[in-house]
Amino acid sequence: MEEKQKGKQKEKMVDRRTFIRTGVQVSIVVGLGGLTALVARRTGSGEYVWQLDPAKCTQCGRCATSCVKTPSAVKCVHVYAMCGYCDLCGGYFLPETKTLNTGAENQLCPTKAIKRTYIEDPFFEYTIDEELCIGCGKCVKGCGAFGNGSLQLQVRQNLCDNCNECSIARNCPSGAYSRIPAGRPYLLKGFGKEKLDIT
Amino acid sequence: MKKGIALTILALLFAWQMISTFAIQRFPKPEFESGYITPETLLPSPRAEILEVLDVAVLLLALSVVTWAVLKRRSRNLVFWISVFSLAYFGFYREGCVCSIGAIQNVTMALFNGSYIIPWTVLVFFMAPLLFTLIFGRTFCAGVCPFGALQDLISWQPRTIGPRLNAVLGIIPYIYLGLAVLYAATGTDFIICRYDPFVGIFRLNATFGMFLFAGVLLLSGLFLARPYCRFLCPYGVLLNWVSRFSKYHLTITPSVCIQCRLCEDSCPYEAIEKPVTVKNPDSRKRMVRKFMLIVLLSPFFMLLGGWTGSHIHESLARVNGKVRMAEEILHPKRIAGQSETIEMTAFKASGKPAKELYAEVTGILREFYIGGWILGGFVGLTIGGLLAGRLITRYRTDFEPNRGTCFSCARCVDYCPVKTGTGSIEL
Repeated sequence: MEEKQKGKQKEKMVDRRTFIRTGVQVSIVVGLGGLTALVARRTGSGEYVWQLDPAKCTQCGRCATSCVKTPSAVKCVHVYAMCGYCDLCGGYFLPETKTLNTGAENQLCPTKAIKRTYIEDPFFEYTIDEELCIGCGKCVKGCGAFGNGSLQLQVRQNLCDNCNECSIARNCPSGAYSRIPAGRPYLLKGFGKEKLDIT
Repeated sequence: MKKGIALTILALLFAWQMISTFAIQRFPKPEFESGYITPETLLPSPRAEILEVLDVAVLLLALSVVTWAVLKRRSRNLVFWISVFSLAYFGFYREGCVCSIGAIQNVTMALFNGSYIIPWTVLVFFMAPLLFTLIFGRTFCAGVCPFGALQDLISWQPRTIGPRLNAVLGIIPYIYLGLAVLYAATGTDFIICRYDPFVGIFRLNATFGMFLFAGVLLLSGLFLARPYCRFLCPYGVLLNWVSRFSKYHLTITPSVCIQCRLCEDSCPYEAIEKPVTVKNPDSRKRMVRKFMLIVLLSPFFMLLGGWTGSHIHESLARVNGKVRMAEEILHPKRIAGQSETIEMTAFKASGKPAKELYAEVTGILREFYIGGWILGGFVGLTIGGLLAGRLITRYRTDFEPNRGTCFSCARCVDYCPVKTGTGSIEL
């Protein structure tokens, strides 16, 4: 008699465990499903990439040092359409430069990543060597202060690892970084009328 | 008169310059006579989106194959080679990003931040391992997660540290998870990614501090198997709980345990439960009393935790850049002797009134106050739960994997002498 009862109890025990297990399984499925449903409304059809807004950028120099990549995935991008082709380029020459030649002592760029080419009197073309550019933004500051602002810092999407948490974005003092749709991955600025049709 | 007009025009021009300091055509684009053609600005595209789909496909495939290897083939060898592949693909090729562990933060942010848009691939990376775990146990940890794979490869002379220390260190992932959710929900930071020790190894590039952290973890990993997975991984907390209720979990023996005890010390993660057959009614009574005490004390733990959390909410909030900024403006003397910080310069340049920032920071601080209560309560509940869990003795006759902590690596399977034909299990 006692044994029978024990046997019954054991059966009951198993039943209770299975019941709890199934119950929890179902609630986990419901929970995960609910979470998916809630989050799925916020999913985008495409991917997102990090980019900095040159209008917010203060050229503090952290793009060069904060990126997880060495050298940084942020480079100076030259928007030729905006360039004035100045002889005295604020992005190329140090402010105290006296003679406008390509001497190293005259160059603003710490890695000599800007190439100055004579086009015709008095115009010069400036080209960025992205292999050398470290994204420090010194030339961007110079060009923005004295020139047209045709030199702009941008995340080079072919170099960017697209980290989940962009460490430059975290350190950016002006909050210039944001995730933007991968379909239009650049935020270059052009003039009002001559809006650049490149992004 | 003329001079006056000229000066006014000049002043107006100057004012115009002051208004739009960005991208002003000070020097019009020259009209070249030499036939020079303006070069185009090259804009290289990001990684093709189809490759993101490939990542998801590889994830699902790897999960399926490793699950088959663990449950059907019961082959440690196969699991090992899949984990090598995952380490190569998700680790070194994808450089540790996108990962399921970090996806916790994206999902949290999508829940709390209306403007954040989560890529659907990240949602799949978060959900798929959880679903697989609910059905098959933590096979994701066994051979898909690159972090687990890396640590699994280097566990050279794993030592045991005992159940008590395991339980105490096991609280850390809960705190880490709580903090990660708090910081992601407030839109402050993704701390899991920020303090990710292995991503630096995958990229062969990290700060000195992170390399040091990775080095300590890997060196300790030689003697303590999978230290990150067991004592840090926040995603492991979720997998642990889901795996406890998994439908088909790895079993050590394919059919009947013959009590040979060969598998007893085979698990480097101390996840094998030994048989408990002797019943002691006296001890049971005492245990039940203790258990009840802890259950009754749990709300008190939660209150204590929540109170602590709410009291340190300002320290927690200091991780937030805006909070730091407001503090810097309000108490500039705290960083005396230094020139103006870059943040301050940028803030002044943005022209945002300080009052607006203060209002924003007040909101953030309120979020952290509530978050501090929840986080503290969660930690208190965890501690109560772990204490209560330590008191539960489940009677079992065979050696069984602990469904929560077992990584389904299938090492124990190799030790079991019972092999039935194809070695399949009942599904």
